[in-house]
Amino acid sequence: MNRFRIQYSKTEPLRYTGMLDIQHIWERLFRRAHLDLAYSQGFHPQPRIQQAAPLPLSFISSCELLDFWLDGEVEISSILDAIKRTSQPGLEIQHMEEVDIISPPLQTMLETATYAVVNLVEIDSNLLTRNIARILNEQTLIRERRNKTYDLRPLILELNSSERAGEINQIEMKLSAREAATGRPDEVTAALGYDPLDFRYLRSHLGFSSPVFSSDP
Amino acid sequence: MNFQTPAQLDAWLERTLPAVQKPGRYFGNELNQVCKQWDSVHVHIALTFPDIYDLGLPNLGLAILYDQINKREDALAERTYVPWVDMEAAMRKSGIPLFSLESRHPIGHFDILGITLPYETLYTNALNLLDLSGIPIFAADRTVTHPLVIAGGHAMLNPEPMAPFLDAVVIGEGEEVIHEIISTVIFWKKSSASRSELLLDLSRITGVYVPGFYEPEFDRTGLYTGLKTLHPEAPACIQKRILGKLPAPITDFIVPSIDVVQNRIAVEIMRGCTRGCRFCQAGMITRPVREREVDEIINSLETALDKTGFDEVALLSLSSSDHTQIKEIVDAIQNRFHKKHLTISLPSLRIESLSVDILEKLSGSHQTSFTLAPEAATDRLRKIINKPISDDALIDVIRLIYSRGWRVIKCYFMIGHPEETMEDVRAIADLCKRVVLEGRKYHGLKATLHAGISTFIPKPHTPFQWHAMDSYESIVEKQNLLRHELRGPGLKMSWSDPQTSLIEAWLCRGDRRTSIAIHQAWKSGARFDAWQDQFDFSRWQNAFLAAGIDPYDYSHRERQESEVFPWDHINIGVGKEYLLEDSNWSLRAELRQDCRETCYVCGILPTYKEIRRNNPGDHWGCPEVNSVDPTG
Repeated sequence: MNRFRIQYSKTEPLRYTGMLDIQHIWERLFRRAHLDLAYSQGFHPQPRIQQAAPLPLSFISSCELLDFWLDGEVEISSILDAIKRTSQPGLEIQHMEEVDIISPPLQTMLETATYAVVNLVEIDSNLLTRNIARILNEQTLIRERRNKTYDLRPLILELNSSERAGEINQIEMKLSAREAATGRPDEVTAALGYDPLDFRYLRSHLGFSSPVFSSDP
Repeated sequence: MNFQTPAQLDAWLERTLPAVQKPGRYFGNELNQVCKQWDSVHVHIALTFPDIYDLGLPNLGLAILYDQINKREDALAERTYVPWVDMEAAMRKSGIPLFSLESRHPIGHFDILGITLPYETLYTNALNLLDLSGIPIFAADRTVTHPLVIAGGHAMLNPEPMAPFLDAVVIGEGEEVIHEIISTVIFWKKSSASRSELLLDLSRITGVYVPGFYEPEFDRTGLYTGLKTLHPEAPACIQKRILGKLPAPITDFIVPSIDVVQNRIAVEIMRGCTRGCRFCQAGMITRPVREREVDEIINSLETALDKTGFDEVALLSLSSSDHTQIKEIVDAIQNRFHKKHLTISLPSLRIESLSVDILEKLSGSHQTSFTLAPEAATDRLRKIINKPISDDALIDVIRLIYSRGWRVIKCYFMIGHPEETMEDVRAIADLCKRVVLEGRKYHGLKATLHAGISTFIPKPHTPFQWHAMDSYESIVEKQNLLRHELRGPGLKMSWSDPQTSLIEAWLCRGDRRTSIAIHQAWKSGARFDAWQDQFDFSRWQNAFLAAGIDPYDYSHRERQESEVFPWDHINIGVGKEYLLEDSNWSLRAELRQDCRETCYVCGILPTYKEIRRNNPGDHWGCPEVNSVDPTG
């Protein structure tokens, strides 16, 4: 059994596909590629695929990571060929490597996630700058989500905006993505005083405690 | 309607979808969907199963038509489904018309809207879908600017309740007739002929019913007496379409990007059934039996697995064990795919030891339950419904199932037949208890029997179509008795909602006047009638009241032999005289064997003798027709 790691983009066609369904999409892709995923032990054996970080519904990403385990010995080049031959709308593979079978799970190494957020409706860029400065000055940002209150402020590591062409602004935010300390970018836009639905969210980078690839993809 | 360009709709979706449940339902973009250039074809067809995406996407009939149409160069087929209530509210608020998943064109821009109606509780959804598309609800109000609205599916074997809403109805199998319809529409589009001329051309196609050319007639007491043809060329009788040989199974299944009710490849191994269970409408209307060959099934399965990556396969038929090569099919699947972690389901197995061997080979690690459908628990009633199995034989099979490792057995029973007594109902409870006691011998208290109790509805085109449905009170009493009896460890019971059964009976047995009630029910808010949390019986009661119809006359009046039914103009190939004869056999508790052993002359062969003659071979369940019929 060997373990492999893939970095991929999740694009428009899979925008409304959640984490569990993405798992099934990968399983089916491996089946179409005739790659034998290793299965877990037990009464309900499951194919061994692990995603690094769940991506909220309607977000797209240029930096998703997952690990998978294959039975038997397979050349990495033939795996990549097989995967590339079977198309899946919404998945674009960027990089793949074999990783040490005993290296820790991606989820436990994950520390930060960076998002690029662009507005879909007109917003005032000066006001946006002031709103960003306002919440960065706060010591705490108590918010409620799913009937629980929590402090959003410590989860915001970086936050700034830049003006793109015309009326489009881009908000860059680096948020904590540790277990039980994960910031959501739509919570940040809400804290900035906007309707979160007025933005499009792209995850552009995942930060890990140690390198996840031997070479930079 | 507000949106004019696809870009405007895209912008609206981007803003709206994150706020509705399961937005993936409205987004398309799945693996294997077919996107053609809109202007590259002559005819645009929108196909729909009128319920939410989750239920509609796995529908095999629609998938077959999608495949058939998109293989043509001159036509395209796209899909649409009914939005769930939250999305419907958002669409109506913004004036967004229903759109197709592939190209996001408004449904009103297509040439044809094809609606599959396999069961009656979809009717109000179909009206809602028309309304959301901006298409006039009544066919008579449509013009050349509107799509042709064509329905098909099992419920359309009595099309009258939906007739005023439909431009045309396909009776029977769609694979061939769809091409004739498309060619007719292409020819018409190139001509300057009127819409009514197009409808006349469509009515000349065997299996196509154009309701606008007919008017129902009633006597002074309101009794239905028949259909009057309004056009000299309209045929008095519509003959069901069948295929002489089933085409190769489809392999390019659309793979949804979200979880739907059935995420699987479905291969129809056989169409039709020769058992002749008298309550079973499907068994009567899908005759004759036609089988697919082992190699064709296995090869298409292999291609479909490669194209989809699904890990679940369903081998469909009305009676899987009756496929003459079922053992070969199962062996071939085991040989070819045993390492692939596939889950293979094979519904409708007969109650015999062979079924246990078959399912054991297919399912390996016994994760699923084993399903049997004895339907009745006394020999007398089993003879009446023509589904014989002795209690001892049943228990032998049950013992075998539990002993081979299954812990959960599901048994389906039916209550409400007019010949049924409370003794027959009690016998269901006794049998269930006996079953679970057998299970305990192998699995202790973990042995489970799940009893599914359905309600008898005297369906059109069956030998029971002359019968009355059981009274509401009696059904509730029988259900209560069973609920009281079937309690305790290892016993579970589910049952059909008796109010939903009434609606099904009214809508499946209705005549053209029923359409007034359907329209009224929809106007007062009825939709998703198959969903218990959306269904409202009082809306339907009020709708029938407002329409001035006593619906119990459809469901609860025992019919004279001479009764003219609202579906008599639909010729399913099985003769009304045969059904009546079988009804009389039923009263005498006389059995009919599997008709592959003895042909009972149900009418299929005379009706389809040409097709049979052109398709010789033993893939048909009926005998060969070799010689030319001297009577012509």
